[in-house]
Amino acid sequence: MRRFFLIVARELRIAFRQGGDASLAVGFFVLAAVLFPLGVGPEPNLLARIAGGVVFVTALLATMLSLERLFQADYEDGSLDLYALSPLPLEAVVLAKCGANWLLAGAPLLIAAPLLGILLHMDAHGLPTLIAAMLLATPTLSLVGAIGAALTIGARRGGVLLSLLVLPLYVPVLIFAVGAVDATLQDLSARPHLLALSGLLAAALPLAPFAAAGALRQALE
Amino acid sequence: MSLFEGSDLYCVRGERAVFGRLGFGLDDGQLLVLRGTNGSGKSSLLRLMAGLLRPAKGTIAWDGRPIARDPEGHNARLHYIGHLDAVKPGLSVFENLAFWSALSRGHAKPAAVAGALARFGLARLADIPARMLSAGQRRRLALARILAAPASLWLLDEPTVSLDAESTALLTEALAEHLREGGLAVVATHAELALPGALELDLDRAAAIDIAEVLG
Repeated sequence: MRRFFLIVARELRIAFRQGGDASLAVGFFVLAAVLFPLGVGPEPNLLARIAGGVVFVTALLATMLSLERLFQADYEDGSLDLYALSPLPLEAVVLAKCGANWLLAGAPLLIAAPLLGILLHMDAHGLPTLIAAMLLATPTLSLVGAIGAALTIGARRGGVLLSLLVLPLYVPVLIFAVGAVDATLQDLSARPHLLALSGLLAAALPLAPFAAAGALRQALE
Repeated sequence: MSLFEGSDLYCVRGERAVFGRLGFGLDDGQLLVLRGTNGSGKSSLLRLMAGLLRPAKGTIAWDGRPIARDPEGHNARLHYIGHLDAVKPGLSVFENLAFWSALSRGHAKPAAVAGALARFGLARLADIPARMLSAGQRRRLALARILAAPASLWLLDEPTVSLDAESTALLTEALAEHLREGGLAVVATHAELALPGALELDLDRAAAIDIAEVLG
């Protein structure tokens, strides 16, 4: 357990020292969402209608952007060899790196999301659901994205390949997250959607590290 | 039977057979030096020994037990220094080493880290960011890992690359001490190490096999 937190602490320290891709994710998130009022016009009703979808689609793209180099740097400088030879199972290393990625990229998204909701004229009573759905969705996005990041390791133009691999897998998260917000705005219960999101997270938490670690072992061969 | 032993090893990379019918045996306090031309499979053999690669055929065993059956146990007893230094430019020299030391020990031991840095002449540079290091200093930082946490088996891939004569002497001294204490070491190198009694394995002789021999 101590080793697990060692890795998280190291990732955070590296990110704070040199500013990684992860911290840029929130910048991308805000900018991309701000483009929508400029693109579709400032009509409040229209913006309020699409607000949930815009927030989640941009959050999903921002998360993917932050994951592109999740394992790449460690692969290139030989750290991945040492992780594979450490007493900690590679699955736990993957989980630690996802945790650090979530703290660096996912958590800032969580804070920015309600602000963007307000900016897009989302009804105030939809905001708590928006935050809850983001809280459940962002860790799942990090975990699922880690599989793609591990598979595209060493590939040139890995970023494009990563989006092709990962975006289809993000679809269920998107559907349930937007569904939860829409349900609240129509005064229906968001509970079933949030439960489905929890279910996705509960499945990704144990399964994604196994898949990603398998892909990493393959890359090291 | 030797403590660390490989028998009838075949290694295939991509579609190419690198070496075959290769065996080695190593006991307490013994050093095995891998010789061979570029591409003869020295690095592949070291990665096989570390368990990072799996042999196409044959087994590697520690104390009679195949390492593939107990990967965690094998990881705990070895240090592997590859071509890459695994040095993060954003962290200080001390932080770089302290992390790997704590990861293999399971707890931090600053005294051992400082000692290892001092052994390789990096004590003065402990607090500077690793991005300022020269290639030779980065190599020394990577090598300091083998002293910062104990392990009985050292697998070193071309450890003397970009080291000056003085640092090579420091490495030879560290190796001699490790062997005296009953440790095992496998070193792939083109340089002459001043260590008498080392076993040698020439990979050029194990090369030149047909891939059909491995598969068929």
